[in-house]
Amino acid sequence: MADDVLTAPLVLEYPFTRTTGPVVGAFLTGLREGVVLGVRRPDGTVLCPPLEYDPITATALGEMVEVASTGTVTSWSWNGAPRAQQPFERNFAWALITLDGADTPMLHAVLVDSPAAMSTGMRVEIRWRDEREGHIADIEGFVPLGSVDGKGF
Amino acid sequence: MPVDPDSTPVGLGVEVTAPASIADVEMVQRVRTPIRIEYTYTPGRALSAYLRGMAEKRIVAERCPRTGQVFVPPRGVSPMAGIPTVGPVELPDVGYVESFNITRVPIATRPDLEPPYCSAWIVLDGASVGFMGLVINCEPESVRMGMRVKAVWKPDDELEKSATNILGWEPSGEPDVEISDIETIGRPGDLQ
Amino acid sequence: MRDIAICSFAQRQQAAIPDESEVEFMVPLMVQAKDAVGLTQQDMGFTCSGSSDFLAGQAFSFVSTIDGTGPVPPISESHVEQDGAWALYEAWVKLQCGDVDTAFVYSYGKSSPGSLRDVLATQMDPYYVAPLWPDAFAVEGLAARLLLESGTVSERRLAEIASRSRAHAASNPHAVRRAEKSVDEILAEEYLADPLRPSDIPASADGGCAMVLAAGDRARELCDRPVWIRAIDHRIDAHTLGVRDLTAAMSARIAGEKAGVGADTVDFAELHAPFTTSEAVLIEALGLDDGVVVNPSGGALAAHTMMAAGLIRFGEAFERIARGDGDRAVAHATAGPCLQQNLVAVLEGE
Repeated sequence: MADDVLTAPLVLEYPFTRTTGPVVGAFLTGLREGVVLGVRRPDGTVLCPPLEYDPITATALGEMVEVASTGTVTSWSWNGAPRAQQPFERNFAWALITLDGADTPMLHAVLVDSPAAMSTGMRVEIRWRDEREGHIADIEGFVPLGSVDGKGF
Repeated sequence: MPVDPDSTPVGLGVEVTAPASIADVEMVQRVRTPIRIEYTYTPGRALSAYLRGMAEKRIVAERCPRTGQVFVPPRGVSPMAGIPTVGPVELPDVGYVESFNITRVPIATRPDLEPPYCSAWIVLDGASVGFMGLVINCEPESVRMGMRVKAVWKPDDELEKSATNILGWEPSGEPDVEISDIETIGRPGDLQ
Repeated sequence: MRDIAICSFAQRQQAAIPDESEVEFMVPLMVQAKDAVGLTQQDMGFTCSGSSDFLAGQAFSFVSTIDGTGPVPPISESHVEQDGAWALYEAWVKLQCGDVDTAFVYSYGKSSPGSLRDVLATQMDPYYVAPLWPDAFAVEGLAARLLLESGTVSERRLAEIASRSRAHAASNPHAVRRAEKSVDEILAEEYLADPLRPSDIPASADGGCAMVLAAGDRARELCDRPVWIRAIDHRIDAHTLGVRDLTAAMSARIAGEKAGVGADTVDFAELHAPFTTSEAVLIEALGLDDGVVVNPSGGALAAHTMMAAGLIRFGEAFERIARGDGDRAVAHATAGPCLQQNLVAVLEGE
């Protein structure tokens, strides 16, 4: 920036606490307890993370079901150095992950060292934070499942 | 009607049923979602000149080339004509109180202000609009419309490029402006 | 339906405008757009603007920018927290209502004081996604990988789009990214947000634009060649990323059909495609064939002024048709992550 331009630091902060409602609240309760919940849609499929309504038909939803903490990466992209507000400490991949028992993917991080460790279709599982409060970041991130080489099912 | 945040949410028209794994635990009803965004603020051309003037105890305004009206602090635009203003127009640090109020309760964001204090709409000599300031060094109850005031600046060694250089406005002792002479809105400029 | 036309347009885009405030750089554009048709603010039946306070962290910035119009005596006005193309849409609806014949539309964005790719995280789902602060480039990267691995597009195809944007932008004085680059040079770039390369992502800009709309004969009085908005339609997909097909912008497809894009020959299209991947998806969704020149201005890849890039597409199309470089064009604007919202219009010269 040119030397003759005046500048000043400006920080915008909103200390929001949101009310959750029963569906989001149940999902976040599950995270605190170390389980993942989805919600069943009219066609029998499971939406995870759950919404109060079906995004296609607008039907109100309420049947919460437990899904697995393991799943499959359906797409991913690489995040270099973590950005200021991200709750991650090192390089990671963003991924759409469909958990076993769910039919829609959720967005979260896969904690691997490099893009070479990522592939679509790879199996992953949740690494839980030790201290959980009912927040999406109670999931510290996903990691490759067991000893699978990252590509197999 | 105010809603009790601890009440059970209603209105979905369906019962929400939870699996056994969370059947007996306390439900989450709130979640922290703070937002923090950092910016590097840039004030623009006219305000930069104003802030630089502040560092030298000068009040730098701008003028509408169509109406002649003088705006302070300058925003670079004449709202009367919808065209850029031109500057600099230097104004004296004296004027009068057009309107005022007295605050008797503290506010969290200004712990340095001890109630009661007087906020005023100050019209500088030569300005077409007023701007906010504190009237200080007098009893708030003595402040009145039309009262002449002059700026109280920070000590020279504390001056910054900041509007906070003016600590407030104190009575100048000059005779009041007659209330009947106060034009409240859109004082005409010398080209009108 | 009334015939409604774009009658004038002014724009400015730069990589950053650090030394001017929003209202300071907007006033000359507002004056230019009004002067071009010989109207003053008091001649405008309606005024509508688009902007977002989050870009520069300036609460209610749009309220101070209003002063740039000269709203004395008070004017009939509205604002959308959205790209200016939606302000145009509101003005178009107002003109259709028939109680006004002229409208003034403007929008602007000054993203340089903040980090736009981070600020955009605040538009995501506030419970499940925004708290993780996903990088806007990485979010588009998810759609990009789906496109690449499904075989819908190749990396070479994306590089071709990037290279063409740069070539077109070379002759656009308002473009920010104007350096030409070959397809192979682009393919040799290192990934920025794997699988996206620097040339796949938009060149961020500060700036804005202003436009005058008018109905029927009033438009013919104001300019030599009004550019008529023959049809306009806006559709929105679900917000939740997991429930829509990121490889096909269904909302753009429907909006394009409703606007009648395919009903006649399209000479060129100005598509608000922030990423090369967005452009590939939009070309397919709108059914544009190889004969259609896409983004002759260089498009949003070459200069992406958040909140104005969509309206600038309308303005670019207007200028091209007004000077006779084409008769029928598609103008498009998008909003939200991964082409969630799409506004499609067909523009035609007098």
